[in-house]
Amino acid sequence: MPKTIYVDNAATTRVPQQVIDHMVTFMGENYGNPSSLYSKGREAKAALEASREKIAELLNCQPKEIYFTSCGSESDNWAIRGIAERNASKGKHIITSAVEHHAVLHTLKALEKKGYEVTYLGVNADGIVDVEDFRNAIRPDTILATVMYANNEIGTIQPIKEMCEIAHQNKIPFFTDAVQAVGHVDIDLKDLGVDMLSFSGHKFGSPKGVGALYVKSGTLLNNLIEGGGQEKRKRAGTENVASIAAMAKALELSLENAGEKRKKILEMREKLIDGLLEIPYTRLNGSRDKRLPGNVNVSIEFIEGESLILWLDIMGICASTGSACSTASLDPSHVLLAIGLPHEVAHGSLRISIDENNTPEECDYIINSVKSTVEKLRMMSPLYNNR
Amino acid sequence: MYTEKVLDHFQNPRNVGEIENADGVGEVGNAKCGDIMKIFLKIDEKKIITDVKFKTYGCGAAIATSSMATEMIKGKSVKEALELTNKAVVEALDGLPPQKIHCSVLAEEAVKAAIADYYTKNGMEVDFDVNGCDGCCSNCEKH
Repeated sequence: MPKTIYVDNAATTRVPQQVIDHMVTFMGENYGNPSSLYSKGREAKAALEASREKIAELLNCQPKEIYFTSCGSESDNWAIRGIAERNASKGKHIITSAVEHHAVLHTLKALEKKGYEVTYLGVNADGIVDVEDFRNAIRPDTILATVMYANNEIGTIQPIKEMCEIAHQNKIPFFTDAVQAVGHVDIDLKDLGVDMLSFSGHKFGSPKGVGALYVKSGTLLNNLIEGGGQEKRKRAGTENVASIAAMAKALELSLENAGEKRKKILEMREKLIDGLLEIPYTRLNGSRDKRLPGNVNVSIEFIEGESLILWLDIMGICASTGSACSTASLDPSHVLLAIGLPHEVAHGSLRISIDENNTPEECDYIINSVKSTVEKLRMMSPLYNNR
Repeated sequence: MYTEKVLDHFQNPRNVGEIENADGVGEVGNAKCGDIMKIFLKIDEKKIITDVKFKTYGCGAAIATSSMATEMIKGKSVKEALELTNKAVVEALDGLPPQKIHCSVLAEEAVKAAIADYYTKNGMEVDFDVNGCDGCCSNCEKH
């Protein structure tokens, strides 16, 4: 068996040594509490604010608009609840898409139980929301629009700027879950125009347990955690200085030579897609153009995704599936059903998410491994008879 | 999440294939729910299962339970095979995660469906329940 080939970067990423080296200084040496008055505390505070400034510079916003959180899900929960609860007297209607991450969908489901109404916009076969559908969904009592920047399963990128403009014409705040996008595509917050945007450090090379919410200056949302004065009293709790510093460093590194890295990733992605589509009865899920550089998602008929993933694991490949059998429910991924796949096709999905550490040779090995596994599984599949 | 035994039967499934002119064939499950099991039996005049093969579309547990169930009934009498329970299959595999119990139910049902087919073909009365689990009843946890 070759060394492990990690192609599940949409799940989480390896932390580069440079980031680890940077972060440990805030554990063993500069371990002060940023709220303390003495020098050790001031050093920690300085590191915290330097990280905020760095992230703001990289995403083109003001440092005071970045609020640190513990993860992407926390940021998603906060943005949605924070706006919905604050504006309940103005209305209780929220617009979203059918392909959001569960951190958004389940937050909205919880709000529905409290009397909010949610419109779930469908997507086309490519996985993209129609901007006109978005416009038509707006009502006088709409208080929030939340559509993800890039999908975590099929990597499709939504027309955020266009939808945001429409929302603003109607004085509706716009939030986007950009957990899969930040660090992987260029995001200029001034140009994009959104009022809130969430991201998570471990999707681009920082440790797990740290994320952030961008809140445009002037956007009013309820506090998340009451306590001390941290994060302008909106999200109390001693700051995770080491991880925040790591996240700033990781974002800086991931955006360094971005053009060159993305070109390499894109070439490997196209190679993987072409190679996997050589398998008969296989389709690409999601738009081929409007998609994250590192995302490949295919459905392979007559086989079930979990057994494919188990075989790939045996062959040293770490990948992912949207099959129901990988979860506790009998339903396959809501994203794959939303793009119109029948259940049985959705069960046979494979997600490969690469980064610049992968190589074209690994892509060849992956393609060959998937091909031989599919052949093996189809040979024992009663659905494949007489094909 | 899977035991060594499950992974072994998944990786090296026993009795994969089909039997031409099988004496009994049973198919349960459906593609919508993500698993289908088809079992083929060769049964001699003394009602002994002399050969058994399976074909399965499904997750690792579906393949492993099919493999284990076929191994457990091979060489047994039809009467003994009818006594095979999903619990016995789960125990033989050293356990399954709770959400995978339904795979063992499918295996039990596939064996019963194949024997029912054998009974029908030979003009015998099917005097046992064949639920023909379609994988969607959500009753598996009760087994």
